[in-house]
Amino acid sequence: MRSHRWFTPWLLLLPAVVWVLVFSIYPFVNTVILSFTNARPLRGGQFTGIENYVRLAQDPMLANALVTTFVYVIACVPLLTVVPLLLAMLVHKPVPGIGFFRTTAYFPVIASVVVVSLIWSWLFDSRGVVNQTLEFLHLVNAPIPFLVDRWLLLGTSILLTVWKGLGYYMVVYLAALGNVAPELHEAAAIDGAGAFRRFLHVTVPGVRGAMTLVAALVAVSAMRIFSELYVLTNGSGGPGGESMSIVMMVKQVGSGLNGQVGYASAVSVVLFLLTLLPLLLIGWLNNRDSGGTLGARA
Amino acid sequence: MSATVRQRPWRSRRSFDMHRPTLAGLIIRYVLLVVVVLVSVGPFLWQLSTSLKDVTEDIYAFPPQLIPSQPTLEAYQSVTRFIPVYQYAFHSLLIALGSVASNAVLATLAGYAMGTMRFRGRMLVMALFLSTLLLPGEVTLTSQFLIVNSLGLANTLFGVYLPGVVGAVNVLLMMTACRAIPQDVLDAATIDGANTVQRIRHVVWPNVRGMVAVIAVFSFIGAWDDFLWPLIVLNDPAKYTLTVGMAFLKASPLGVDQREIAAGTIIALVPILVVFAALQRFFFRGVESGAVKG
Repeated sequence: MRSHRWFTPWLLLLPAVVWVLVFSIYPFVNTVILSFTNARPLRGGQFTGIENYVRLAQDPMLANALVTTFVYVIACVPLLTVVPLLLAMLVHKPVPGIGFFRTTAYFPVIASVVVVSLIWSWLFDSRGVVNQTLEFLHLVNAPIPFLVDRWLLLGTSILLTVWKGLGYYMVVYLAALGNVAPELHEAAAIDGAGAFRRFLHVTVPGVRGAMTLVAALVAVSAMRIFSELYVLTNGSGGPGGESMSIVMMVKQVGSGLNGQVGYASAVSVVLFLLTLLPLLLIGWLNNRDSGGTLGARA
Repeated sequence: MSATVRQRPWRSRRSFDMHRPTLAGLIIRYVLLVVVVLVSVGPFLWQLSTSLKDVTEDIYAFPPQLIPSQPTLEAYQSVTRFIPVYQYAFHSLLIALGSVASNAVLATLAGYAMGTMRFRGRMLVMALFLSTLLLPGEVTLTSQFLIVNSLGLANTLFGVYLPGVVGAVNVLLMMTACRAIPQDVLDAATIDGANTVQRIRHVVWPNVRGMVAVIAVFSFIGAWDDFLWPLIVLNDPAKYTLTVGMAFLKASPLGVDQREIAAGTIIALVPILVVFAALQRFFFRGVESGAVKG
């Protein structure tokens, strides 16, 4: 039924479309263009070809940032793909009071990363609770430099990211678990499958689509890591800036009145290409699954 | 949850009623659930406890004392010697409330058009919205700042607010919500003479309030918790938002007390707790409807 004039939808869509064009599409195109120039904030740049990218390839700062990102992805993807699933299975069954447990498990998700990082730097302080406990148990003689050493810092930060992300991915799995028919569990139990085998052969195949999605989401967000490392190191990126992430590098080289906007844009383009990898992978997996063999969902 | 009548919430041994756990299973389940609660909430409680401790109480005491011996709100006052934390909280609140209002209204309008109307170019707009999902905000950071700067909004709260006025994700969420409204209902309203504005006000809005609540929560939390963008835009400490101010406080070489930092973090937590508590019933609703299938 014709209920509106031709321009009505466009009027309704106008603000949203303008915002997407001005604050997403245009900046993206502009970033790509600027990455081939030597632009600075106060003067437009000249076209310099791939000079920024050549310089990037030799920049030890980028090498460090890539190592940081790589470690982050390698650690976060398995942890945040598996642990939230176990958590979701724990809170899936509607036992009395389950609403309370679900809400509290979600609590770290809604807290600001800055807040959580401040709490973390108090817990992992040289005189904080964690070090005190370890010393009390005689596991260590001197406080562990959780927030100073490059790798320990990274580990502490990863622990923070994982702890904060558990509830978020738990909710994704909760929705997926709702689609696994309980009859399958019953049938498997009658056939004599124990809890672990039921998990492996009923639950996991049932939520496989959600697992690939979560793994890709985790990988992308691990590449975008910024606030945790920034706050834990007071913005310095750790000793010698070695624990700096890619986004920290973008901010470091690109911000301020003297920022190297062109160079920072090249780093941004590298970040964008990296974040496409997990998405391409998930697309390829989905294609392969639907193209032949037995699908997970019969 | 379920309509079936049960004598006990657990099953006897050898029963294959998979809807009920065994007694031992139920006990283990609750023990694990309590562990989850302790791990999720413990660090926040420790921070709350630190913030309430008196200056004379040793915060490094071992074993750690969770209950302060003489609870005091002194740190919530003394933290303002270093940063105007309540002023910063007000800045964050302004941006968060603005973000909620504009996202709720503009995403509803756009979502209604995308979800219920047929028009030329719809697929193009759809592709536009979807493509932004692939684009992390961090990638466009530098260029976004150049835009805000050229509008003369660098170092202003309005410049912090501007890019988040309406999010593509929220439009897509509203689109799904609007699609669930039966076309017949909308047609009936049209026949009764309702124009587009009246249909949105009296038919669409009452039907999508749940989704609006979800968008409101996400917008509020997103704006309140945001750190990187305000950090880029603001360089005058008088204009900081709360997250930027707290990071600044932690990094400052002045002798800030751990109790005062803790007080600041609790101040940053309270508003999102209130918002989440008020609207959390909308949050797990989708989860529930998926869960009651059995």
